[in-house]
Amino acid sequence: MEFGLTEEQVLLQDSVGRYLADHASLDRARQFADGAEERAADVCTALAELGVSGLIIDEAYGGVGLKMLDAAIVAEQLGGNVTPIAFAASAVMVPLALQRAGSEAQKAHWLPLLAAGEASAGAAVSEAVAAREDARISASGGTLTGRALFVLDHAADVYLVADDRRKMHLVEAKARGLTSTRLTSIDKTRHIGELRFEGVAADPLPGSDDPAVLADVIDAGRIVLAADTLGAAQNMLDQAVAYAGERQQFGRVIASFQAVKHMCAEMAARLEPCRAMIWYAAHAFDEVPEESRLTACHTKAHLGEVGKFVAKTATEVHGGMGFTDLLGLHYWFKRIGFNRQMLGGPELVREEAARLQELI
Amino acid sequence: MDLSYGGEYEAFRGEVRDFIADHASQAPKGNGMRSKPVLDWQALLIEKGYTARTIPREYGGHGAEPDILKSRIIAEEFANAQVSNGLGGQGIQMLVPTLLEIGTEEQKKRFIGPTLRGEIVWCQGYSEPNAGSDLASLTTSAVLDGDEWVVNGQKIWTSTAKQADWIFCLVRTEPEAPKHKGISFLLFSMDTPGIEVRPLKTMTGDSTFNEVFFTDVRVPKQQIVGSRGEGWFVANSILRHERGMLGDPNATFSRLNALIELMQQETVDSRRVIDNPVFRDRLMQIQGEVMAMRFNDMRILSAKLNNKDASLAGMIVKLQGTELRHRLEGLAIDALGELGLLYEDSPLLRGQGAWQSQYMFYLGLIIGGGTSQIQKNIISERGLGMPREPKPQQV
Ligand SMILES: Cc1cc2nc3c(=O)[nH]c(=O)nc-3n(C[C@H](O)[C@H](O)[C@H](O)COP(=O)(O)OP(=O)(O)OC[C@H]3O[C@@H](n4cnc5c(N)ncnc54)[C@H](O)[C@@H]3O)c2cc1C
Repeated sequence: MEFGLTEEQVLLQDSVGRYLADHASLDRARQFADGAEERAADVCTALAELGVSGLIIDEAYGGVGLKMLDAAIVAEQLGGNVTPIAFAASAVMVPLALQRAGSEAQKAHWLPLLAAGEASAGAAVSEAVAAREDARISASGGTLTGRALFVLDHAADVYLVADDRRKMHLVEAKARGLTSTRLTSIDKTRHIGELRFEGVAADPLPGSDDPAVLADVIDAGRIVLAADTLGAAQNMLDQAVAYAGERQQFGRVIASFQAVKHMCAEMAARLEPCRAMIWYAAHAFDEVPEESRLTACHTKAHLGEVGKFVAKTATEVHGGMGFTDLLGLHYWFKRIGFNRQMLGGPELVREEAARLQELI
Repeated sequence: MDLSYGGEYEAFRGEVRDFIADHASQAPKGNGMRSKPVLDWQALLIEKGYTARTIPREYGGHGAEPDILKSRIIAEEFANAQVSNGLGGQGIQMLVPTLLEIGTEEQKKRFIGPTLRGEIVWCQGYSEPNAGSDLASLTTSAVLDGDEWVVNGQKIWTSTAKQADWIFCLVRTEPEAPKHKGISFLLFSMDTPGIEVRPLKTMTGDSTFNEVFFTDVRVPKQQIVGSRGEGWFVANSILRHERGMLGDPNATFSRLNALIELMQQETVDSRRVIDNPVFRDRLMQIQGEVMAMRFNDMRILSAKLNNKDASLAGMIVKLQGTELRHRLEGLAIDALGELGLLYEDSPLLRGQGAWQSQYMFYLGLIIGGGTSQIQKNIISERGLGMPREPKPQQV
């Protein structure tokens, strides 16, 4: 019995972490955020070689065949390094949907491309969580009509689209009748956007008649976004402690002021249990089905809250420097803000948690 | 991650459940700590291995191999059933692990068994009027006279001193040494001549703690744990155990279940409290936090077994656990509104008044055992490596 990571998982963590530290530093994220790149091709290629894009894809389709906990470990690294790469939808939600509900032809076509990093996939499922602006997609006669907002990993070759009956479809980015618009968000390290469908021919996922599949896809996305927040928040805390150890005021390092120490202690105290929570949620996703939904909801909501607290507090520890673009701390702040709202903010997800327990 | 609840564990869970179902009626409910139902229940739980599970048999424990899955199953099942999982208190939760770690063979044989069985009740004599957070400045003295220590001084906030048979006590034995190096750790009977206990009434209305005065109290020389001047080290090893016990997530989980039931039963304007979205959201927030603390607890247990480092995960438990529990009890009071104010023998009282008394009691635990502020000092200094507070300049 062991509640923790295996040696292989620690290795995965280290190899992804080391690559990102060496080659995908803040400067690279900044360059991506400032520029007009659709994709950070160098980072995508290198991470594909490390197995990141095919992480949970079966070996038969060119992937590594790992599980949600491995995906969470990688997501934590990506969040920690504010890596500008499509992961939550492209490497987790869409491959999962395909593997659980796709036809053989769909799998055989898309999974190897995704695993190799030669294609990327977006997820248009926000309306299945909470529709804004009354956006919805309806399916009839093999076509889709309507609007999908906040599509995750929007700069994609193919989209997974949930319709208003919670059935899922694949739609290629170049499909006729599809209009795609980037929605600029605070987080410039990941793309979200809007899709408009006017009678677009869609390719339904045959297994998605079972609504549990979409719920699983959303759970997976939530776990991965929460893990991204864990990494980002841990990094902000580490930066705050390091900065406080160097910055001097009143003739001493600010880390020796109790007010500053207590801010850092509170961040650590709230964040540390999140690590175990992510591990468990990701593990439960694959291995403890009776607990997995509730755990995923609470993990998403809880990391959203703790992340928000750490993002604010770590920024404060940096004083004016924290507020500048120069230091770049805001990339983490915004990453955490993004993860909090996408696929359901804390209040909405907790309401789901209550419903799952039949408290409503 | 290997949490496979294989067949063995499912069978074990079944056993625990059956045991609880068959015996819950014998479980004590608010009986005094020396009552027969409490002692019988304790003996039964030790025999079954549901408490004192991994403590060697020769010292009066059950003597099972450590197995965190089984421990978790036991904690969960008792918490779910809201049935007492055995005696707690400072003797069992703090002194016993310390004696196992540091005590002499004779001390282990003499004290652990009776303590586990509830025959010796202990109190912890650390704090003094002028030594609270700054515990190492304590001044109660012990001077060796022949084969005995002679103890003089005063302790305060000593929980259960009135009921206790014995005390584990910090005393200054080396007045010339630096303050952390002059302290020793003594065990002595509360029946020893020269001890006076004066109860202090707390905000809950109970007199759970006391002042304890020592006048020429004579303690046999060998009743010292660790060596002379090592008391601070021994006490810190105890505090580690205490901090693990204060804010125990499984106890909080049990209260959470009771709170969920309460919010489903109680009504406002004929609507269940749980149907009010604000209350429901507060409940769900707390449920998420309790969940995080329980997984954190699993991580700590597993790290212990596998010799991995999870020191920060352990260091935060007292702070997070007691604050969380205080908030949980506070939510119940808010959910009850005016009913939540009722106390003592009031008609219409809910849950025997436990929501209020626990709400206050947990404020006490936020303060006791090293205040939340002291916890934050520890987390920042030992956990995050931040510098200690500079010493004020001598004038
Ligand atoms: C319910 C309860 C049970 C107890 N049981 C026992 C027992 O059985 N045996 C025993 O020996 N003691 C017991 N205590 C005593 C407890 O350990 C002390 O109350 C506690 O350590 C705080 O000491 P103090 O009361 O002197 O407060 P003080 O140390 O005077 O603290 C007052 C305030 O100052 C803050 N403060 C002090 N120093 C610092 C610092 N360095 N940095 C930041 N803030 C600081 C504290 O956090 C607190 O907010 C109990 C206390 C309670 C409430």
